Amino acid sequence: MSAAQAAPHVKPTSLTFQDLLFRLQRFWAERGCVIQQPYDVEVGAGTMSPETFLRVLGPKPCRVGYAQPSRRPADGRYGENPNRLFKHTQFQLILKPPPVNVQEMYLESLEAMGIDLKHHDLKFEEDNWEWPAGGAWGVGWQVMLDGLEITQFTYFQQCGGLDLDPICAELTYGMERIAAFLQDVDSIYDIVWARDPETGAPTTYGEVRLAEELQLSVYNFEAAEVPRLWEHFNSYEAEAQALLAKAGAVLADEKASTVEKQRFPLLATYDLALKCSHLFNLLDARGAISVTERVGVIGRIRNLAVGVAKAYALQQEAS
Amino acid sequence: MADFLIEIGLEEVPARMIAGAEAELGRRVSELLTRERLLAADAKIATFSTPRRLAVLASGVLEKQADTEEQLTGPSWKVAFKDGEPTPAAQAFAKKAGVAVAELKKVETPKGEYVGARVLRAGHTAEEILAAGLPKEVLAIYWAKNMYWRAGKPERFVRPVRWVAALMDASIVPLEIAGIAAGNVSRGHRVLHGEAPVTIASAAAYKETLRKAFVAVDAAERRQAIRKALDAATRTVAGARWREDEPLVETVVHLTEWPTVILGNFEPEYLALPEEVLVTVMRDHQKYFAVEDAQGNLAPHFLAVLNTVADQDGAAIIRHGNARVLRARFKDARFFWDVDQKTTLAERVESLKYVTFQKELGSYAWKTEQNLAVARALAATVTNLDVVFSEPALVKAVELAKTDLTTELVKEFTELQGVIGGLYARAQGLGERVALAIYEQYTPASMEDEIPVSVEGQLLGLADRIQTIVAMFGIGNAPTGSKDPFALRRAANAIVKILAESELPLTLSDVLNASGAEGANKTQVEAFLRERLQFYLKDARGFAYDVVNAVLAAGADDVRDAIARAEALTAARGSEDFLAVSAAFKRIKNILRQAEEKGFALGSPRSVKLASEAQRLADAAAVLAPQVAALREQRAYGEALGRIATLRPAVDAFFDKVMVLDSDATVRGAHLGLIDEVLRSFSTIADFSEIVAG
Repeated sequence: MSAAQAAPHVKPTSLTFQDLLFRLQRFWAERGCVIQQPYDVEVGAGTMSPETFLRVLGPKPCRVGYAQPSRRPADGRYGENPNRLFKHTQFQLILKPPPVNVQEMYLESLEAMGIDLKHHDLKFEEDNWEWPAGGAWGVGWQVMLDGLEITQFTYFQQCGGLDLDPICAELTYGMERIAAFLQDVDSIYDIVWARDPETGAPTTYGEVRLAEELQLSVYNFEAAEVPRLWEHFNSYEAEAQALLAKAGAVLADEKASTVEKQRFPLLATYDLALKCSHLFNLLDARGAISVTERVGVIGRIRNLAVGVAKAYALQQEAS
Repeated sequence: MADFLIEIGLEEVPARMIAGAEAELGRRVSELLTRERLLAADAKIATFSTPRRLAVLASGVLEKQADTEEQLTGPSWKVAFKDGEPTPAAQAFAKKAGVAVAELKKVETPKGEYVGARVLRAGHTAEEILAAGLPKEVLAIYWAKNMYWRAGKPERFVRPVRWVAALMDASIVPLEIAGIAAGNVSRGHRVLHGEAPVTIASAAAYKETLRKAFVAVDAAERRQAIRKALDAATRTVAGARWREDEPLVETVVHLTEWPTVILGNFEPEYLALPEEVLVTVMRDHQKYFAVEDAQGNLAPHFLAVLNTVADQDGAAIIRHGNARVLRARFKDARFFWDVDQKTTLAERVESLKYVTFQKELGSYAWKTEQNLAVARALAATVTNLDVVFSEPALVKAVELAKTDLTTELVKEFTELQGVIGGLYARAQGLGERVALAIYEQYTPASMEDEIPVSVEGQLLGLADRIQTIVAMFGIGNAPTGSKDPFALRRAANAIVKILAESELPLTLSDVLNASGAEGANKTQVEAFLRERLQFYLKDARGFAYDVVNAVLAAGADDVRDAIARAEALTAARGSEDFLAVSAAFKRIKNILRQAEEKGFALGSPRSVKLASEAQRLADAAAVLAPQVAALREQRAYGEALGRIATLRPAVDAFFDKVMVLDSDATVRGAHLGLIDEVLRSFSTIADFSEIVAG
């Protein structure tokens, strides 16, 4: 059963980073997904975008995909580590309810990116996911292609502390990993992001993003002012809490009109919660959160996220 | 007779859960068929599994249950028939039994005459029974983690059920599981076969049909294929061998439907990293087997088990891809190693204040302080008993034991805590004793694992674990039932194992006393340790339960002594004389208990003239008692038990001829005093009355 030893040339893909994204977006658009633009508030993962966090709640079907830049301040390496980034790109997909052939569709999406599965080894290995601060968890797999984790595949069971019905499938493609793998480069910064159609001259990932990795690492680890971060955190949290208190009153008020309920700015409240989450990550990267504080601060973010989710579910029922 | 096949098609089931679920499904099918009288005497149950399916093939299934006849008894004859005419009671009974009133018969019972009816029950077909009963059996399979997938959440299962095949020979059994009607169609390997349906012509053809679709449904067959393929791939490197790893073989068996193996390489420069790190990356993170050269040193190769069979191009691509991932991981590990060296373990002590051990208790700085006190107390005890070790090395090891929790490498590879600390201690020149003790502090991790080789490592391991157990019990975190979230049973098992398998002259109470436990907390932990010792003797050492009970009744503190006594008792238990003496001891205990209940006083056997058989027993016991006591002192338990067995003729004659509970109170008292002395003198090795004959 062992394979022959002859080593024909391993051909890297000619597809650029952006080609891969285009292909993925087109593939899923053709299967009925709304292709959204990435969310414009800092998030640590595609899951935190309201396109996922809020749309998975309630009974309304939904198919959406988007390429979400995901910021994790503590993962920054000043652009010096070839495999780790402060900000990476997750292509995030929500299928609610999941079609019965969701796995087969996923495999086709890999083929759409030029991966010939006949020439690769693919495994679905157990990997369950949870985001405690978002009251969210699910079961699923890490999809391994030739030993590389290329996708997190999760069946969401709970979000914002609420049981989901129907549940949804969440696919998260790690785009930098996939591109580096297919282009066969050893450093993320060597990924070809785009290629000039006339000259063929490449623009690399490094040219597009290296400065950002360096400067944001400096900010996240050295320059960010801890007292000010706390001020921001407290201020965003206070505003979000005040809004949540009002939301509770309006959404529970039987006399309030549907219009009144619908126009309540819960989406803005959620943005404030996201701000808090990102500030927490910054404080964490600065080493400003002690072990004893940590659980408490996560709890404060959870209160906001879960509070918004509950209110959002009520708001959906009202419409 | 027919063959019945059920196949549940699933999205990939977690590898760790498959073997248990496969066995459970087999048991459930077998029990259902047995309960319903549908299995022939020579029936066979075979089970199959892959990541995408669980299946059972039952050969020798009856097509139909045998018809049965049942005798029902109704109201009394007098109530049912008045003047020969049926009353409403008779009519109601006939209706319930499904017979005409005219068919009711008189039956004689001890309570008088009653109305009887014979009811014929036609057997159901196997198809009917299976369609009605099997779906709930399948859905009742235990899974460590479940999920919902259908709207309305009608059922939970490990992963979504995607197809069901159910066949009685060639015909479909009309059952439905999780909204899916069973058919005769299965699915093949995702890539090698593709999405084309795989039709199973008959139940018996299951295995061969799936084989043609590139699915080896028999896990044992895949296990064998993987082992052979690992051998074959390794042979391409002269003198090389793959590192045996049973759990990893099991994992890859349950990750593949059609396994093959490739051998890949990595740059020899990474061999400069510690072997522990390399093997952890390969085994735990990549599920690769490590390869060693003829001298047993790690070689720069890895073996990956694939779930496909690749052509030449494919093999090159897959090998290249896997090597690329491994190289990146090794590069990371080397980076972490280099970064970690910039801060010594000693410099890390300070930061332990910021690492929580347990919220209600304190940080790892607190934990280290506590461990130090326990270790010092243990050291004092063993020093008095002439054990050779270095106390300064022990103290240093305890002080630094937890500092590797702050290193990047342990944050990345948590399973290497302790090991990394030990390697760093060595690299930082802290001395071999210190390094080894830190390295070994978490061993044994299981009952199969070895104990630390160094005395310092053993003492550190004991101190760390007893401190944790006592502190956790103190805040109400003792394990209950199947819940043991802090793995305290495992910690206590390790304490018992270290005491059993090391040469430390320590007893369980020495260890407990060193922890400083007091009052109810101490009593609780004491009972817990005893229960773990019992577990160790029974489950790890395989002693019979009665031997364990007998031995522990005579002392449960000195672990190695308990083992020696259990060994001697197990050997002695084979002799008839010994069993007879054991039976006599049980009788003695019973008589003494009766005597106590009746308020009979114990007297001295020397106060009256005894009957000759009683005097013989007294004489024999008087001669043997000091010998046995001396042998017990020398721990010559086998010989001591042999001597005790020689009591048999005297004991037998005594019970044969002597009325123990004599009507004369003085004689009775003397007899009771005699057997009480015998019992006491000879129960110091084990309480023989616990021994069960046969």
